Amino acid sequence: MGTGNSIALSKPGEEYRVHYLNAKYGIKSWLLTTDHKRIAWLYFISTSFFFVIGGLAATFMRLNLVSPQGALVQPATYNKLFTMHGTIMIFFFLAPAVPTVLGNFLIPMMIGARDVAFPKLNLLSWYIFITAGATFLWCAISGGVATGWTFYTPLSSTYTNTHVISAAMAVFISGFSSILTGLNFIVTIHKMRAPGMTWFRLPLFIWALYATSIIFILAMPVIAITMALLVVERIFHVGIFDPALGGDPVLFQHLFWFFGHPEVYILILPSLGVISELIAAFSRRRVFGYEFVAFSSFAIAFISFLVWGHHMFVSGQSIYAGIFFSAMTMAVAIPSAVKVFNWIATLYKGSVALDAPMLYALGFIGLFTIGGLTGLYLASTGLDIFLHDTYFVVAHFHYIMVGGAIMGYMGGLHYWWPKMTGKRYPEHWARVAALIIFIGFNLTFGPQFILGVEGMPRRYATYPPKFQFLNIMSSAGASILAVGYLLPAIYLLWSIKYGPAAGPNPWGAKGLEWTTASPPPVHNFDVIPIVTEEAYAYGHEPAVVGSAAS
Amino acid sequence: MLWLATFIPFFAREASSVAPNVDALFLFETAVTVFFSALIFILMIVFAVKYRRRSPDEVPVQIHGNIPMELTWIIIPAIIVAVMFVWGAKLYILLARPPRDAVHVYIVGKQWMWKIQHPEGAEEIDMLHIPVGEPIECILTSQDVIHDFSVPAFRVKKDALPDRYTTVWFTADKVGRYPFYCDQYCGTFHSHMRGFVEVMRRSSYETWLAGQSTSGVSMPAEGAKLYQSFGCIQCHGTGKGPSWVGLWDSKVHLANGQVVVADGAYIRNHILDPRDWHVEGYPNIMPTFQGQITEEQIFDLIAYIKSLATTPGPQGVAVPPPAKNGASTTP
Repeated sequence: MGTGNSIALSKPGEEYRVHYLNAKYGIKSWLLTTDHKRIAWLYFISTSFFFVIGGLAATFMRLNLVSPQGALVQPATYNKLFTMHGTIMIFFFLAPAVPTVLGNFLIPMMIGARDVAFPKLNLLSWYIFITAGATFLWCAISGGVATGWTFYTPLSSTYTNTHVISAAMAVFISGFSSILTGLNFIVTIHKMRAPGMTWFRLPLFIWALYATSIIFILAMPVIAITMALLVVERIFHVGIFDPALGGDPVLFQHLFWFFGHPEVYILILPSLGVISELIAAFSRRRVFGYEFVAFSSFAIAFISFLVWGHHMFVSGQSIYAGIFFSAMTMAVAIPSAVKVFNWIATLYKGSVALDAPMLYALGFIGLFTIGGLTGLYLASTGLDIFLHDTYFVVAHFHYIMVGGAIMGYMGGLHYWWPKMTGKRYPEHWARVAALIIFIGFNLTFGPQFILGVEGMPRRYATYPPKFQFLNIMSSAGASILAVGYLLPAIYLLWSIKYGPAAGPNPWGAKGLEWTTASPPPVHNFDVIPIVTEEAYAYGHEPAVVGSAAS
Repeated sequence: MLWLATFIPFFAREASSVAPNVDALFLFETAVTVFFSALIFILMIVFAVKYRRRSPDEVPVQIHGNIPMELTWIIIPAIIVAVMFVWGAKLYILLARPPRDAVHVYIVGKQWMWKIQHPEGAEEIDMLHIPVGEPIECILTSQDVIHDFSVPAFRVKKDALPDRYTTVWFTADKVGRYPFYCDQYCGTFHSHMRGFVEVMRRSSYETWLAGQSTSGVSMPAEGAKLYQSFGCIQCHGTGKGPSWVGLWDSKVHLANGQVVVADGAYIRNHILDPRDWHVEGYPNIMPTFQGQITEEQIFDLIAYIKSLATTPGPQGVAVPPPAKNGASTTP
C-alpha cells in the first residue's frame, strides 16, 4: 500500500484539535445535535442495529432451510422470519443506509457547505426513523407479522391474524423520514454549493443522491397512502382491496409496486454513486464519460416509475400492459450498462490501487452486472412466467441488493471511515474481509439461481427433498458471508480506539471532503472553499499524499 | 429441445409443447449473461493488474470520455434487450391465448389446497390427471387469498385470484408425473400447497376417470341439479329471467348500456352481484347468491350453461375470444 505515509507520521501524542467528535460530550450532545456529521453517526448506529436484526432473521431462515421439513421452526414462524428479514432490510437498513449515513456525512462536505439546508429537519428525520423502527420492533416483539414485506391483500387485510397494523404503521412512519431527508438533500444540493461548485463539477455521488432524493419524495407518499388504506380496511372493513368487502385484490399490487419498484432503485442508486467515487479515487482518474454516468442516474430514476407492472406479469393484468412494462423494464438495462462500461473505461490506463474499498467496488461491478443481466430474464414476459416467484427472483435481487447495494455501502464505509473517525482501519484484515464477503455471497446466492430454474418457489418453509443439496450449499455460503460481515464490525470498532491517525487525505483522493481535517472541524471547513476545477481533477497536479494541511 | 435438458442437468424437465420455446429464450439470455459477465470480469482483472499503481504518487493520463464509445455501449445493449423484449412478448402472447379446442379443468385455490374439478365430474385434491398431447385450459380462482398455480415442467404459472377468473393452458407432451406448486405466498402453509400433475395416455386417463367415485355425475349434470335446488329455474326456466339456452358466449346487453360476452367471469359476476350486471329487458329482481354458493358450485353452473350453448366450438372463459364472428369457422 503506497498511501500510508501519514500512518508513520502520526502518533497518539499528536496535538490536540477540536473537531466534531470532541467538541461536545454527553448523550445530550448527540441526541440533540443538528450537526449532519453526528446525525450520520446516529443513523449509522441505528441502521447497523437493524442490519444485525435483519441478518439474524436471515440466519434462522437459512438454518431452517437445511432440512426439507424445516430444521428449526414451524412454517408460521418461518413466515414471520422472512417478513421481518425483508421489511427490516428494505425499510430500515438498505433504504436509509447509504443516503442517511454516507449521504448525510458527505453531501455538505462534498459541495463545500457547513451543514445541510435544514439541520433541525435532519434531526427530526432521524427521530421519525427511530419511531418507525421502534414501531416495527414492537410489532416483532408482540408476535410478528407474516405477510411478506409486500403485504399482499387480501391476505394482509383480512386473512392473516398476525400483527399487520403495527407493521404497516412502521412502514407508513418510515416513509416520512425518507421524504424529509429527500427534501433536505434536494434543497441542500441546490442552494448550499460552494462558490464555483457548478452542477458539472459535482461528484457523481451527489448526482446519484439527488436522483435518489427525487424518488424519495415522489414514491414514499404512495407507500404511506397504501399502508394507510390497508390499515383502514383491516380495522374498519372498508372494501378497498378485499373482494369479499367489494374491493379489488389486484389494486393493492398496483399501488404497492408503483412505490415498490422506485424503492428498489432507492436502494441501489446511492451505491452506484459510491462506486463512481471509489473507481475514480483508486484509479486516480476522472470518471470516464462523467456526463453519461450522471445522467444515467436520472434515466434510472425516471424509468423506475414506469416499470411497476413487471411484478404482475402472472397476476392476470392485461397482456398489453404486461408488454408495455416489459419494454420499459428492458430500457433500464441501458443506463445501467452505461455506468458499468464507463467504470471499466475509467480503469483503463489508470493508476489502480487494490485497497479494500476498491475491492468492494470491483466486486460490486461484477455482481451488479450479473444481477442486472439476470433481471432481463424476469423482464422478458414469456420467460418471467417460468421464473416468477421462484428462487431465481430471490437470487436476482440479492445480487443487486447484497452484491450491489451492500457492497457499495461497505466500500464507501471503508473509504470514508478515516474521514469520519480520523482513524485508519487495518488494511489487510479489510481486504481479507472483502474477499470472504465476495466468496460467501456467491456461495449463498449462486445456488439459488439453480433452485429457481429447478422450480423451487420462494417463501417456502418446507420443500421437496430434491432441493436439499443446493439449499445446504446456500446455507453454508451464508455462514461464510456472516463471518465476512463480522470481521469489519470488529476491526472498524477496534480502529476507533486503536487505529492510527488518518490525516486529512489518506487515499490521496480528490474531492472537497479530503481537503479538510480528519475528523472534520465542527463546521467542516475553516474557510469555505472556492472551487476552480472539475471533480476528480487528478491530472492537474500530482496527488498530495498524506499532507498535514491542518 | 431435449438436448437442453441434458446440457443443463439441473433444469426442470421439459414436458409441454411450449417448454422448448421458453428454454430457447432462457438459453439465449444465459449466453448473453455469461458473455457480458465474463467480459466485465476479465476487463476488470486485466486492467487492475496491467495498470496497477506502481509508485505512490503516480498520476495517470486523464481521458475525459469518448462519444463514439458511449454510443457503442448504448446501442449494442439496446439492440440486445430489444431482441429479448420481442422474443419474450411473442412467448407471452402465445401463453396467453389458449387453443380453442382446449379442454377446461376448473381449479379452486384455498388455504392450503388445490381443489380440481374435471368436466366429467371427477374431483381431486392436490393432484391433476390429464391426458398427454391434448391442450388443457385451467380456469383458476381462489376462495380466499391470492394463490398461484405453477407447473415448472410446463413452464407456466398463473395467479389464482379471489373474485376473478384467470386461465393458464398447456399441452403436456410427455407421460409422467410433474410437481406443481403454489408460487404466490398465501399464508401459514403456503409451502404445503403443492401436488402433482399426472400426465397419462388417453386410454389410461379414461380408465382413471371411470374409476373415480365422483365421476358418476358430470359437472353439467351437477350444475343442472343446482339449477333446480338454488331455484334458478323459477325465473330462468319461466321467461321471467333470461333463458340459459344459447347464453354461453353470446353477447349480453346490460341495462347500463354495456355489451358483454357471456363467459365464465360474467356468469360468476352475475350470480354474486346481480344488480350490477342487470340484463336489459328483464326486471331487476335477482337476489345475490354471495355467501350461499361455493366456487365449485359456480363452476358447475358455468359448465351447465356451457352445455346449453347453441353454437358449437369456442369455450373462451376469462379472455373473450379475439375473433368475434370466427366461432363458426372452427370445426
